[in-house]
Order: sequence, then structure tokens, then C-alpha cells
Amino acid sequence: MADKARVRDEATRFLTFFEGHGACVVEADILQPAETLLDLYGEDIRARAFVTHDPDLGEMMLRPDFTVPVVQMHMAEGAEPARYAYMGEVFRAQDETRHRASEYFQVGYEVFDRAAPIEADAEVFALLKEVLAPLNLRAATGDMGLLLAAVRGLRTTERRKSALLRHIWRPRRFRALIDRFAGRAPLPDGRAQLLVADDPFDADTPHIGLRSPSEIAERVAALHEDAAAAPISAQEVELLDDLLGLRETTANVLEHLRDIAVDMPAIAAAVDRLEARAEALERRGVDVARLDFEGSYGRTSMEYYDGFVFGFYSETRPDLPPVATGGRYDALTRVLGNQNGDRRDIPAVGGVIRPELTLELTGEAGQ
Amino acid sequence: MTVKLGVPSKGRLMEKTFDWFGAAGIALSRTGSDREYAAAVDGIDGVELVLLSAGEIPRELAAGRIHLGVTGSDLVREKLGAWSEKVTELAPMGFGHADLIIAVPKCWVDVNTLDDLDAVAAAFRAKHGFRLRIATKYHRLIRDHLRDHGVADYQLVDSQGATEGTVKNETAEAVADITSTGETLRANHLKILAGGPVHKSQATLFKSRKAEWSTTERATLETLCRKLGIDR
Repeated sequence: MADKARVRDEATRFLTFFEGHGACVVEADILQPAETLLDLYGEDIRARAFVTHDPDLGEMMLRPDFTVPVVQMHMAEGAEPARYAYMGEVFRAQDETRHRASEYFQVGYEVFDRAAPIEADAEVFALLKEVLAPLNLRAATGDMGLLLAAVRGLRTTERRKSALLRHIWRPRRFRALIDRFAGRAPLPDGRAQLLVADDPFDADTPHIGLRSPSEIAERVAALHEDAAAAPISAQEVELLDDLLGLRETTANVLEHLRDIAVDMPAIAAAVDRLEARAEALERRGVDVARLDFEGSYGRTSMEYYDGFVFGFYSETRPDLPPVATGGRYDALTRVLGNQNGDRRDIPAVGGVIRPELTLELTGEAGQ
Repeated sequence: MTVKLGVPSKGRLMEKTFDWFGAAGIALSRTGSDREYAAAVDGIDGVELVLLSAGEIPRELAAGRIHLGVTGSDLVREKLGAWSEKVTELAPMGFGHADLIIAVPKCWVDVNTLDDLDAVAAAFRAKHGFRLRIATKYHRLIRDHLRDHGVADYQLVDSQGATEGTVKNETAEAVADITSTGETLRANHLKILAGGPVHKSQATLFKSRKAEWSTTERATLETLCRKLGIDR
């Protein structure tokens, strides 16, 4: 592992590059309020972040990334459009079987631009590609917007769609729900009895807890409604699977997506955006004929990306984590905005580089 | 050097452990006064008995300060991250059975499975403005289990005792705790979710992978395992 001074120099090199492209350099606190991160990422983050305790402020976390503090800073005082760059350590508690670093540098570049989101996507990708060019990395891209549009366009109930959208970043759960809603999986234990019962409520069971009897009754009614709804068609499930299974170059994928869009018109606008982005990337010198596209890319990251997503990988060192990753995370900023009682949308796209990995690849790490 | 064997220092768990070793001709006993934590081992050479709280035995095994230890399989999984890198299970001992379960109010007629719990958690959060609370002291086991089953929008609140009362007291919406008969759960108007327990726990003899195992200690372990009928 490269020593810290070298990593810091390498990080500064990237930061200066971003600054030279118009980014305003910002700092973020290392200690972040745990509650905000827990509400955003769920209880799982506890296993992945270092939690500590402040006698006055309560639970705090060592920042697992810069996304939250940078978005919050922008919401509080930023004017749009804005471009930010930052560098510093992030802290990730690692599953010990994987033996990965629990503390490492990130250098990031984030763009908040409402007027031209597609251009902003292309800008972030092209900048990272440019600064990483000497390392000959493979880029993989995806677009969560396609999957989101496909789910929103399913011919099924709103309730089912929102259940699917809620679990879009949990592929196993998403699959289980699709199977259920398509009538391919059995009902969960106890559901059938509940649905046939004339009065499922047992007069002898006292009501306890904060969840009220009306909330229970509402869900029972929702379950009846769901049981009566037609299953999602096999054809629609197949189209979704096609979408998720895509692995082609960006140029070829567009053609394939146009075919899918004939049967699934809901994704047409998302395909148009993908095409416009490909053109924007091309104008910035990216060879889209050779740029890899994966339909499922971006579903398992912590960032809750909901549009363009990308990562840069070393083909000579497949053991290393991605050297850089990024994407559009409008959904995450929406949640953060709502937490603050502020319902503004903040369109945001960004990417981070891990300087100790770029050092390792240039062979300067061991010196 | 001697092989240090950590055993729970009091109660039924200690007595049952003594019986279990006794049945194999290894007599463990407490010595000195009732209050003194001193112990003796007869029937095998080179083994030293260390009396400890059952809850501390996982930590001592992971640190390599004891070579062997008897404790609940739930405690090892809860207290040690990547537990299988630190200890190995030598033998389940057939007592101290308890299931780690998740329970919800019996009046939740719409909830039977983790699927239901997940759906209710989403609705609960939308309605009440905070994540559905599950009271437990088994944070790691429950969090891993819920993650594996794709449950979201919940929070774990720490409860070190009287966990079954938290729902009625409205400090939690559900509980996750160990139970052997389910009696306390029923008495508190709770029901166990279907789909099997999160973990079926029992008293287990563990071997530390972090302790120093010299030739002498290895030989002692061989003898011990032979006497106990443990196939290694």
C-alpha cells in the first residue's frame, strides 16, 4: 500500500485537474450525524460504516463517502449550476473475509446542473476518462433510468410498481417480487388463510403497539386488492429480463433497446436520453462504439444511482476494486431534501477516483 | 503449556457443561469456597479450566487467550465478525437450546413472514415518519438476516432485557430475541414470524484459531477429542 504522503500528492494532482476545469474545492466534516445516513441508506450502513458516539450529539459516523455532506452543503448555500471537487479519507468497515482497506482516499467531482443533465453526465464521465487515460482502464456504463422507466410502465397496480421501485437496488428482493407479481411464486405463508377469512381480526387478541388497527385494516384491504389484480404478463417479465441482461457496446445496445421499446413504449424516452448521452459523449471524444454497457450496472452500489452510472476498471489487475465510479443520484438528493423538510429536487451527477489505486497501477506504490 | 478451557462460571449452563464432560470421563469441578472462581480438571492431563461469563467466552476465544470454550452458538455469531475465521465448532453439546426469532404483535393479522414485515415497514415509515423499530440485543445476527432477506426501512433499537415488553410500551414495533418455549412471547401478545428461526442456538464447544497451539497442546487436544468422541 502506498504511503499516505504519496497518496495525498496523487489526490492533489486530481483535485487540481478538477479545479482547472472549473470546480470549486470544498471540504467536509469527517464526523457525520449517524441518523441522516441511517435514514438514507438503512440499517445496513451500520455494518459498513464506523459508528461512534458523541456525548452531546449522539451517534456519529466517520464519513463513508462525501456524497451526503456535499449535497447538504449545496442545498444550504449553493447556487446552480455548481461544480465541486473534494478530496480526503473515507472510512468503510470491511467484512473481514475480504481484507480490504477500511480507510482510503477519494477525490471527487460533482455537478449540480438542472438545465443540461445529459451534458453534465457526459462531462463528468469524459473528465474522469481524460484524467485516467494513461492507465488504460476499461469503462463500464449503465443507465438505471431505463429500468426505472420500465418498472413505472408495467401494466400493473401502482402499489406493485412502488414495491418494485423501492427494491430496485436490492436485486434478489426485486426478483422475488417480480416472481410473486407475475404469479410464478407461491403466496407467502399465511396469506391464503388471511384472504379467505371473513373476519381476519380475532376479538380475543388485544391490540398493542403503535401500528394502529386502521393501518392493519388498510393493509388487509390492500392484500385483497393485490390478490384480485392480474399477474404481470410473461411478456413484460421477459422484456424486463432482456433489459437487465443487456451486455453490449453502447452503439449496439441502442439498436437492441429500440427493439425492446416497440413492445415496451414506456422506456422510449429513457432510450432517447441514452442516445442523446451517447452523442454528447462522442462530442467529448469518447468512442461509444467501444464503450461497454450493462443493463444491471449500478443496482448494487451504495449510492442509489438512478440514471447514468459508470465505473473504470483495471483489466490487468482484476483483483482491485474499481479505480473510479460515479453516476447520477437525483433520487438520493430528493430523499435528503425531504429529510430537511425541503422538497426541492437537486439533479446531481458525480464521480470519485481512488488515488491509492491509480498509484498502485502506475507502479509507484511500493517505493 | 496447558490447554485453557473456558466454561460458563455459573448456573445451568455450567452444570450441564460439567455433566457433558463428566459423561466422557473428564471431571470438571469448582474448588474452594462457593464464591471463589477456582476450578479443577480430573481425567485428563494438560487441561486448565477457566471460569468465565458465557458472554465473554467468544471474545476470549477470538483473542486466543483461551484455547477451547463452551458458549452458545448465537453468542459467537453475534459477538464475532467473520466468526469462522476466529473459531471452529468442535461439537454441538445438545443442551442450552434456544431459537433466535423475530416476533410481531399477534394483532398484526396481515403479517406472517419477512415479506410482510418489509411491506409493513415501508408503510409504517411513510405514515409515522420514522423507520419501524425492532428491539433486540442481537444486532449483527438480525441485521445480516434482514439484509439477506431484503427487508428495508427498519431500525434496530437496543434492548438488553424485558425485550418482549417493548411493543406494549411503544418503544418498538417488533422484537428479535431468543426463546425456547415461546411462553413469554405469547404472554406479551406477540407471535413468531413464519419461515424458521434466524438462528437455532445451542451450547457448543469451540476451538480458537487464534490461540497458540504448540505440539504439547495439540497432543492434549487429540487426547481430549478422542475421549469426547469428537471426529476431527
